[in-house]
Amino acid sequence: MSTEAQTSNDKELIQPPPENCPGTQSENAGKSSQCEGCPNQQICSTTPKTVDPDLQKIQDRMSTVKHKILVLSGKGGVGKSTFSSQLSYALSMNSEKQVGLLDIDICGPSIPKIMGLEGEQIHMSGEGWDPVFVQDNLAVMSVGFLLETEEEAVIWRGPKKNGLIKQFLKDVSWGDLDYLVVDTPPGTSDEHLSIVQYLKNSNIDGAVIVTSPQDISLIDVRKEINFCKKVNLPIIGVVENFSGFICPKCTKESKIFIPTSGGAEQMSKEMNVDFLGRIPIDPLIARSCDEGKNYLTAFPNSESTKQYNIIFQKIKEKLNL
Amino acid sequence: MDKIKHKILVLSGKGGVGKSTVSTQLALYLSHIGKKVGLLDVDLCGPSIPKMLGLENREVHKYSDGWVPVYKDETKSLGVISIQFLLGDKDTPVIWRGPKKDSMIKQFITDVSWGELDYLIVDTPPGTSDEHLSITQELLKYNVDGAILVTTPQGVAISDVRKEISFCRKLQLPIIGIVENMSGYVCPHCSECTNIFSSEGGRLLAEQAQIPFLGKLPIDPYLTASAEKGIDYFKEYPNSSTLSALKEFVDNFELKNKTTTPTTTTE
Repeated sequence: MSTEAQTSNDKELIQPPPENCPGTQSENAGKSSQCEGCPNQQICSTTPKTVDPDLQKIQDRMSTVKHKILVLSGKGGVGKSTFSSQLSYALSMNSEKQVGLLDIDICGPSIPKIMGLEGEQIHMSGEGWDPVFVQDNLAVMSVGFLLETEEEAVIWRGPKKNGLIKQFLKDVSWGDLDYLVVDTPPGTSDEHLSIVQYLKNSNIDGAVIVTSPQDISLIDVRKEINFCKKVNLPIIGVVENFSGFICPKCTKESKIFIPTSGGAEQMSKEMNVDFLGRIPIDPLIARSCDEGKNYLTAFPNSESTKQYNIIFQKIKEKLNL
Repeated sequence: MDKIKHKILVLSGKGGVGKSTVSTQLALYLSHIGKKVGLLDVDLCGPSIPKMLGLENREVHKYSDGWVPVYKDETKSLGVISIQFLLGDKDTPVIWRGPKKDSMIKQFITDVSWGELDYLIVDTPPGTSDEHLSITQELLKYNVDGAILVTTPQGVAISDVRKEISFCRKLQLPIIGIVENMSGYVCPHCSECTNIFSSEGGRLLAEQAQIPFLGKLPIDPYLTASAEKGIDYFKEYPNSSTLSALKEFVDNFELKNKTTTPTTTTE
C-alpha cells in the first residue's frame, strides 16, 4: 500500500488552499473575492469544472437506500462504533426492515470486531462488492474485510481514503435498504468531507453526534457540530455516552467522566441542537463489543439497554421512521 | 530541531485512550524534575492539550525567528504549540483535508523557535494517516528517540494499536513501549475495583509484540478532573500512585541516557 498524496481527480495546486478557500471544486473556484492573491488562483480559474461521473453512480446505487444516518463525533473513543452497531442491531430487530452498516473509519476500523465478523472477507459478484451479513437483514461493510491480518495497518493519506469511501458507496451491492448507518472516524477531515460530498444528492437524513460528558470531549464535539452546520448536514441530536458508573458490588453511582460544565445536555442547549439522552457505563457493553455480541439482546433488562432504546425511539420519531 | 536532545512521539491507533493525557503528564513530570520541555500537539482537528494545561485562551505569536511557544508559566520550562493557539474562536472546526494538515505540521517542525530543549513530546491524533506520516517522516530526519504507544485494555482498542505497531515498523520508527491506560476503576463508595474496559490487554499485547511494557495507569477521576480544569496533577496530588508508571519510565529513561551521555557528547 503506497502513500502518495495525489489522485488524478485533484488539481495540482502549488500551495495548500488557504483558510477561506471557497473550495477548489466549487463554482466560484478562482473567482471569488477570497481568491485574490492566492497562489492557486490561476490554476483554479482555468481548470475546467468537470462533473465527477462517479457521483452519478453513487446516486444510482443510493437510490435504493431509503434512510441514511451518520454517526459522528469530534472526539475519539467516545463510543461512535458502539452506538452505530447497537443502532443497527435495534433497527434490524424488525425483520421486515433491511439494514446496512458502513464503517468509513479507514485507519481504525472497529465494526468487524464489534459485530463478530473478524476474519471475514469481501466477495465480488456481478453486482459489485457483496457486504458481509450478520443476519438476514443486517449487512456490514468495512475496510477490515479487505485486510489479510488484524495487524495490517492502512497507512494512507487522504486521497486514497477518499477513493475507498467512494468505492464503498458506488460498488457495494447493498440492494434495497431501509436504513444505512454510517460509522465515522473522529475529526473533521477527509473522511467527513468526502462522505457528505459524495452523498450530497442522495439525501442524508442527518447525523447523530456521540460524546462523553467531560469538557475535553465537548470542545471537540462543538467543532463537529459547527462542521455539520457549515456543510449543511442536519443534526438529529446528541447522545451522551459514559454517563455515570454504577458499581456492580454496591450499586451506588459515581461519575468517572465528570460533566464539568453540565455535560452534553447543557452543550446541546447552547448549540441549539436536540439532546437525545444518556447511556451509563456498563462493563458488559465493552465486553459484548470485544466478543462481537449484541448487547441489547444479551442484556435486555440493563439500565444501559433501557437508555439505548429510549434514544433509538427518539431518533425514529424525529425521522418519522 | 538540532537543539532538542530527545524527541518522543505519543501514538495510538485508537481515539480517546489517553494520548493527550499521557503526553501532558509526561511533559509536566519532566518539567517538574527540572527539564526543559516542549509539547507539540499535531492533532489538528481535535486539539486537547491547551485545555489540559489551562492554556485554552492563549495565542501564539510570530517573531523574526519563528513562532514562540506558549509557556505554562514564567519559568518557561514547559512550552506548548497547538493549532488551538492559532484559532480565534475555540468552537471553530478545522475542516482540512490531508495536504493542508501536512503543510501545517511541516511548519510546526521548521518554524517554531523552541530554543534549547531536553525533551520534545509530540501528541498525535488517532490513526495511521496524514498527520502520522508527516510528523514521523519529519522527525526521522532529526534522530527521534521513538514512540510511546497508549492503549486501553479492551480488545477493540488493542486491535487498532496492533495496526499502529505495524505502522511504526513499516516506517522504522522505534517503539519505546506500551502504556495501558484506564486499567480498572476503584469505586469510591465500596473500594471494589471494576475492570470497566477489561484488563491486562496492554501487557499481553506488549508481550506478544515483544515491546517493553511501561505499566498501567488506573482510571482516576481526579486525573480526569485535573485535565478538565487545566490543573497540574503532580502539584495537586503529589502522593498519588496513579501516574507512578509514567514517573518510573521517565526515571529509567533518564538513567539510561545518563550512562550513555559521555558517548553521545563526544559524537
